[in-house]
Amino acid sequence: MIGREQMTVASQRLIAERTYELTLAGRLVQEMKQPGQFVHVKVAASADPLLRRPLSLCQIDHKQGQCTIIYRQEGKGTALLAQKQPGDTVDVLGPLGNGFPLEAAPAGGRALLVGGGIGVPPLYELAKQLANRGVNVVSVLGFQTKAAVFYEEKFAAFGETYIATDDGSHGAAGRVTDVIEARALEFDVLYACGPKPMLKALDERFRGRPVYLSLEERMGCGVGACFACVCHVPGSETAYKKVCSDGPVFRAGEVVL
Amino acid sequence: MNRLAVELPGLSLKNPIMPASGCFGFGREYARFYDLSVLGAIMIKATTKEPRFGNPTPRVAETPGGMLNAIGLQNPGLDKVLTEELPWLEQFDVPIIANIAGSTMEEYVEVAAAISKAPNVHALELNISCPNVKKGGITFGTVPEVAAELTRLVKEVSAVPVYVKLSPNVTDIVAMAKAIEQAGADGLTMINTLVGMRIDVKTGRPILANGTGGLSGPAVKPIAIRMIYEVSQAVSIPIIGMGGVQTAEDVLEFFYAGASAVAVGTANFVDPFVCPTIINELPALLDELGIDRISECTGRSWKTGAHAVHCRP
Repeated sequence: MIGREQMTVASQRLIAERTYELTLAGRLVQEMKQPGQFVHVKVAASADPLLRRPLSLCQIDHKQGQCTIIYRQEGKGTALLAQKQPGDTVDVLGPLGNGFPLEAAPAGGRALLVGGGIGVPPLYELAKQLANRGVNVVSVLGFQTKAAVFYEEKFAAFGETYIATDDGSHGAAGRVTDVIEARALEFDVLYACGPKPMLKALDERFRGRPVYLSLEERMGCGVGACFACVCHVPGSETAYKKVCSDGPVFRAGEVVL
Repeated sequence: MNRLAVELPGLSLKNPIMPASGCFGFGREYARFYDLSVLGAIMIKATTKEPRFGNPTPRVAETPGGMLNAIGLQNPGLDKVLTEELPWLEQFDVPIIANIAGSTMEEYVEVAAAISKAPNVHALELNISCPNVKKGGITFGTVPEVAAELTRLVKEVSAVPVYVKLSPNVTDIVAMAKAIEQAGADGLTMINTLVGMRIDVKTGRPILANGTGGLSGPAVKPIAIRMIYEVSQAVSIPIIGMGGVQTAEDVLEFFYAGASAVAVGTANFVDPFVCPTIINELPALLDELGIDRISECTGRSWKTGAHAVHCRP
């Protein structure tokens, strides 16, 4: 069930350049199930900023009743969120959207997780849940520069982990697709989240394979009512999918990138 | 006595609160949050004859206290609305106000004739004020003679009362309202969004793919209040007011300005529970202010002569 709750900030820390890890506590955590789902967060009670911010779930801990969100401070909304201290509350609507299909990865099989920048966080809960199901997890994470890298060791705990940076300051120099190629990484299923050019490259390179992509789009309502985040379906002028409620995760080829 | 009940042409409402068109889809999404029967009415998303995809993304941008949208009347088309959306809405005890749009007068007439016969459609809302489409929409809502002609044509074929949604993007909204009243409209709904724009300072390009969009949210409320205040004194047909409504206090302010019911738009995106919350809070607010029935409040700001002021451009 989707709910709305004033969740309590359990902790907040800077984990990389302009990148924050925010842990929230509340009963809504029990509703959070699928990696790749997101929450819609109202960062201020005032009308500025007015709309909620869609933020992906990075970790779900049912036992502790806590969830973790990782976000990059980009604008006014995330700057206000970054000021939240333990004990403060945050207005959360969620969990929203459909996440990564775990069942697409066979037990004993190999899942390749590909993340770019602030698209990396939802892959962490995915890695955890896949590992729990006996799936071999290989992660390729791309960042702009060394200062932006986060969670490298945490991903490494679930399997082989490769880092690529645009400027070569950490890991391999270049793009995640270069790493996949150079290491000849094989997979039974590929899950990805990151900037659209990265998703496009993966979509084109692995056309026809089981590839699942998590999309990002500016949203109004986050629940499917406002039609702000629609994308085209191949071969039709009028057919569409909504990123917020039909996605954000789609099988490659399901929507036009 | 139901203190929140209001009577409008075609609409006996248990309360005056309804989600505004374009901000509630066809109700399916919000039906997951609460029983839609608590609402006074539902203004469903604009319906055109053929399905429409709308504009490219990004389609929304924010501004302090408001939001810009350029959705572009995306909807599944008349046939699907008649066979899927309206029948689905019949499970709720709530009258539907069908917002209709078109690229030509003939298209408006065709959609009006068909959709007004649906059993749960109690009124039409003529959309002549959408700022985000090239053909139709606002092009019918900025010249009084054109708006009046379209109103006349739709009135001829409609099986239910016709409300016309006014655009604030005009020089003289009173002249527009009078022309539409004379053409036979049963009521007015106002205001639609104001044409606005935002530019990304990093790229120097407009944020919306469409360039401009319609501004809504609390930022437009004072404009809506002023326009309703002016128009309600100049016409004798009722007004359903909208534009930045978020709270029970906002609702009363719209009534005082001259509205007889109130629609909630952008606030649904911020809080999916906003409509039932307002409905629940209204009786306590009426108590606090010593008001018996909300319908007494319409036009209070100008009906008591001492308070009436002249609006100057």
